[in-house]
Parts: sequence; C-alpha cells; structure tokens
Amino acid sequence: MIHRECGVIKTTYRADMALYPLPLARVTVVVTVALLVAVPWLLPAKYLVWASLTGIAAIGAVGLNLLTGSAGLISLGHGAFLATGAYTAANMAARLHAPFWVALPAAGLVAAILGIVVGLPSRRVKGIYLAVATIAAQFITEWVINHVTWISGGAQATVSLPPPALGPIRIDTEAERYLLILAVAVVAVVVGLNFNRSRLGRAFVAVRDRDLAADVIGVEVGRTKLVAFAVSSAYAGVAGALWAYYLGVANYEMFTITVSIEYLSMVILGGLGSVVGSVYGAAFVTVLPLALRDLLERFRDLIPVGDVATFVAQLRLVLFGSLIIAFLVTEPEGLARLWRKVKDYFRLWPFRY
Amino acid sequence: MDRRTTRFRSSVGVLAAALVILLGAACGGSDGGNTTKSGSAGTKDAITVGALCPRTGPVEIIGTNLCVGFADYVELINSKGGLEGHEIKLVDIDYAYEVPKGVAAYEEMKRQGTVVIVCGGTPIALALNDRITADKIPCVTPGFGIAEATDGAKYPYQFPLAASYFSQAAAALDHVASEAKGKKVKVAFLHLDNPSGKEPLPVMEQLAREQGMELKTFAVPLPGLELGAQITDIVSRFQADWVVSHLFGRAPSVAIKGLKQAGFPLDHVISFVWGIAEPDIEAAGGFAAAEGYKGLQFTGVGQDFPVIKEIQQRYEARKLPLPVGLTKYSVYYDRGVFMAAVTLEGVRLALETGGEPVTGEKVKVGLESIKDFELGGLVPPLTTAPSDHEGGGFTQVVAVRDGKLVPITDWANPARDTVLALVKARNAG
Repeated sequence: MIHRECGVIKTTYRADMALYPLPLARVTVVVTVALLVAVPWLLPAKYLVWASLTGIAAIGAVGLNLLTGSAGLISLGHGAFLATGAYTAANMAARLHAPFWVALPAAGLVAAILGIVVGLPSRRVKGIYLAVATIAAQFITEWVINHVTWISGGAQATVSLPPPALGPIRIDTEAERYLLILAVAVVAVVVGLNFNRSRLGRAFVAVRDRDLAADVIGVEVGRTKLVAFAVSSAYAGVAGALWAYYLGVANYEMFTITVSIEYLSMVILGGLGSVVGSVYGAAFVTVLPLALRDLLERFRDLIPVGDVATFVAQLRLVLFGSLIIAFLVTEPEGLARLWRKVKDYFRLWPFRY
Repeated sequence: MDRRTTRFRSSVGVLAAALVILLGAACGGSDGGNTTKSGSAGTKDAITVGALCPRTGPVEIIGTNLCVGFADYVELINSKGGLEGHEIKLVDIDYAYEVPKGVAAYEEMKRQGTVVIVCGGTPIALALNDRITADKIPCVTPGFGIAEATDGAKYPYQFPLAASYFSQAAAALDHVASEAKGKKVKVAFLHLDNPSGKEPLPVMEQLAREQGMELKTFAVPLPGLELGAQITDIVSRFQADWVVSHLFGRAPSVAIKGLKQAGFPLDHVISFVWGIAEPDIEAAGGFAAAEGYKGLQFTGVGQDFPVIKEIQQRYEARKLPLPVGLTKYSVYYDRGVFMAAVTLEGVRLALETGGEPVTGEKVKVGLESIKDFELGGLVPPLTTAPSDHEGGGFTQVVAVRDGKLVPITDWANPARDTVLALVKARNAG
C-alpha cells in the first residue's frame, strides 16, 4: 500500500541499475542506518554487547553466504579463517605494533591466502565431499595454532591486543567499539549486496547453478571457485580480527568447529544467497540464546525444580534448538524469504494477489 | 485462501508472537542473572558478587555441582545477617564455557555492580584479563586459571587462591618421587592438547630432570574421549611406571577405564585436581573398579566439616531436599563452598581495611591480605600477599580406597621455590 512501484520512472540506465531504485527505499535505508548508529544512546549498555557480537557475526555470515549461498560451495572451515584473521591481527598489533587500520586489512589478506589454499580441493570435489575437506582444514588450522608457538604466542595460545586506535582516537568504551564494528559491518554488507550484481558475483551464481554450462559459456570455473574461497575467507578474517580487538585477546578456544557450524547455521537460517538474510541469521543465532537466558531468569522462581539454575541453563539449550527447527519447518528458505513474504503481503494489501 | 497458506500464516503468526514476547520480556527485564533469595540482612547496601558458571557445555559436570555449593554458601551467609550486615547478592550466569557468552555475561555483571567475580574456566579468565584489569574487578580462579598469575605484579586482578597447575605438577611429581624411593622411574604425562593441558609442561620437565625421572608427554586431542592410542603407547611402548594425568570433563573416566583394561596399576596413576571427583570414578565403572586411583585435591572431600554440616542444616531448616553435591558428589561441591568462602573473606577484609562502599579495588587489596584462612579445616591455611596470589599452592593426595576418597598425605606444597622461580621467569619474558 505504501511501497508503491507505480509512477517510478527512470530516465538513465544508471538510475535504473541502482541498488535501491524506489524512493521509499532510500528513506528506509537512511532511517535504518540512523537507528543503528543511535543504538548506544537508545539501549542500555548490556544490549550494546549483544549488538557488537551480532555485528561481528554478521560480517562473518555475509562472507560465508557469498561462498555457500552464492557460489554453492559448502564450507565447514569458517572458524579456521576467523582464527587466522584474529591471530594475524593480534600478532601484528602485539609484536609489530601495527595500527588497527593496517592490521585489519592484513588479517583479511592472510585469511584470503589461507582460503585459496583450503579451496584447492574444490577444483576436484563438490558438495558434501568439499565440506569434509573444509572440516579437515578447520582441524588442521586449530592444530597449527595450538602447536606453533610463533603464531600462538606460547603454551596458552593467547595473544593480547591493545585497544584499537584510529589515528589519535582510542577506542575504549563499549559504545565506541560498537560504532567501529557497525562501520565495518555496513561496508561489508554494502559490498555483499552489490557483489551478486557484479560480473564476479554472476560468475559465482553460474558456477553454483550449473558449473558445466558456466564452463561452456566461458566462466573459468576453477579460478572462480578459488576467488569465492578467497573473498569469503577475507570477510571471515576481518570478522575474526574485529572479534579479537573487541575481546582484547585472541584465544584459540574461540574458534572451534562449533563456531563453524554456528556460522553455517546463521547462513542457512537467514536464507542461502541473501545478504540481508545472513544478517538476520547472525542476529538470530547470536541474540536468541542470550535473550532466552534473560527470559528464563525472570521466570526462575516459578519453576518447581530442585536445582533451578542448572535446569534453566539446560532448558535454554533445548528451547534454542526447538526454535531453530520450528523456523526451518515454517520457512525452509530462511528468514529473508519470510520477511519478503511479509513485505509482499503488505504490498498487495488489501488484495490477496 | 487454501489450507497451505492458512497453515503457513498461522505458524508464522505463532512464531512471530513467540519471538516478540521473548524479546520484549527479555528487554523489559532489568535483571539478567540469577539472584539468590536473601535472608534477614541489615539495612546496609548489598554487595554484588558474580559467578561465571559453566552449567552447560563440556564442563557441565563441574559447574552443576560447584555453582550449587557456591550459591549455598552465599545463602548461608545471608541467613546469618549477611557479611558484616551487608546482604550478598549473587549474580550467577551460565556461559556454557564459550568466550563470547562469557564476555556478554561479564558486561552484565559489571552493569549490576559486581565487585568480584569467580571466573569459572581458564579460557574465560584469559579472555577477560584485559577487561578486569581495566575495570578493576578481581577474577578468582582456584585450582585453574593462569599459573603465572601467582605473581600479582603482572596480573594484579587475577587470583588463583589455590594450587595452580604449576603447583599441582610439583605435588604430583613429589608424590611419585616419594613412592619411587630413589629408583629411576618412567613418568608419563597424559594431558589434553589445549593451552590448559600444556601449561604445566615446563614445571614437569624441570622437576623430572632434577629428580632423575624419565618424562614423556602424551597429548590427547579434545574433547578427550578417545585415549586408546595414547594408553597403548604409555603401557606397551613407553612402559611407564607412573602416569600423571591432567584431564577434565569426560576424559578422566575414559582414562581410568582404558588404563585398567590395559593392565596398568591404578595406584600408580595420579591425577590433577579436575580428574578425581566422584562422577569421574562412577563413570569409570564405580569405586570398586577404580580402587587405588590417586589424585590431588585442594579442598577437603566429603561432608565431615563444620561448614558443610551448617549448610546441610540450612537445607533441613528450609525443608528442601539435599542436592547431590551434599550427598554423593562432594568434591566439586566442597570446592564451590571454598570458592565462595574465600571470595567473601576477601570482601570482608575489603570492608575492614577500605570501608564502605566496597569496590573492586578494595576487594583486590582484601584478597591480597588473607591470613591463615582455613574454613574449619576444609582447606589448608591460606595466606596471600601481593606477590603471592596463590596463597601457597597446598594440595593433598587422595586415593580411592574401600569405596571412598581417602586422603593419604598431609597438605603440602613441595618444590615451591622452583614453582615461584618459574613464574617469575615467565613473567619477566
């Protein structure tokens, strides 16, 4: 009803090819970004932590979505790339005293190089077999970080980072950290949104849909797959580096296979192939356990069990799993599709079709 | 409208409603953590104490008993009028042994004004180190944590307050030496292949060298449920005389079963503090099957202590059933009671020396000035200092005998000089 597409006429190709052609969309985007920037002043400090963690997860999820959703290459090694980015940034910051704006791209670059190496099996194997190859990469990277003290900084495998600083501005408070993460996340999402419309993005989709046909029309399939791994790993490297800066420490137990599976679940829940969906998925998987815990705490006193706290903690896990299953049963194509169905409903309202 | 669309729309509606209620209730609430009910406390301000408890995840068997002990001790203190009249408010948040959830939980505790936190887990203690130092909130890690934090100079806000992995390594090798009585022995160090598992290696290597033992290390990849290869290696190839085991979670029981099956005498196995609890022995086939198995403790075992008996009486007074920690699984429960007691002792000293209002900085000073803290015999006398955040690192060896865990040595802290020298060397580097 409001989202009217009639009467919107473009006079240049450039205007027609814009990411958001409708005038309303421009307003929506500006308002959304303004709200996100205003979060530190709108919400209490506890939710800033949630928002920051969601932002970091969103960057990683967008990267994985480019690989799994757009290029169709299932990867369970995302945790390894996050770890690579985190330890690269940590070592550069701690040992070479590199500033934040050098360490972050460097982390992405090193992770991209690792991504190309890990992606080499994709030239031979597809689908589930590739997934297993990436699991191998995950465990190998974990082992390397654990055992190579040059990377891990000693038996504790923990490297401390100084707080990030952009020139003279030191990022110390929770709000400043959130805004930094938001800035990087906005760039990541915008690049992701435009990616699928670019030549490289279309090559990814072609490889995903029918790589033989793509090869016939001239897409270099092998090279495209490696580029997909490189780009996705670069995203993950940046996310991992941000995570390390956010926590102030890079610790190897933050990047286990569980993290890889969490990221894959974010992308699947959000909708494979949809960048905004990955952001929704990241928010879902990050915030829901924390919100569930809070909710259950408030009803603690009503639960007639001996050890309430343990019961509550374990009930949370059960509820989280059940909600994921419920969502996927309702809408297998993810949150993005769900949101689009809601939008379409209001677009046609009061008509039904 | 067809049935499929109707069904779809109703399920979306239900899910959306559920999510809205969830987020609304969660966001509307101001309290994010567990708080114990208070007893009769005075009109003074409450003091907030935080506990990062892993009640789910790989160490849930520890968290579900330890945290209950912690909460029960706090409840006991509150029922007696609080600490010097101040009610103790406990914020107990389960973080599932995952660092990001732990950081979120820490921020919540900070928001609620906690002055001291029990950081239940070495990874989270490491990850929070920078934050607690900047925010000046002490982090208590008895029996685990950062071994170098014994020296308070480099880690001013980390408090092991009980034998670190360095001290445990020294105690284990000392017991082996005393049992070996001068003979040259082969010692196998079985540990998890993660930072905590590898932490005691320098101490083990140095002491083994000094005492003329042949030491070989065997790393077990996480989560430590598959030890077949390492056990075969230890028993058949290396033919160890003694096994020093540094495992936790589900791994200790797997190790006991595996070593017994391979024919290795269990009374030549000595475990660090997190592998010698009743659940581990039960999972290994019961007390009869694990006869002879030895381990280190930094707290007493069982219910024969005044403070434990007081807590049992509190349960009877409140007409509640006793938790399993007060009947069967005493090891972790007693450690929880000790952790609560020593933390509150630090708070009490903070009140004494710094006065009100209590802040994290004052609690740090309080925790550094504990003198001869015994808790009615539950722990050896603990004395801390700014240069000794460990308080001596005392342990005792217990063994499985006749269906119970029986202490077979006195409280001791052998090779203390070596341990302290190593801590100093690592902090200087």
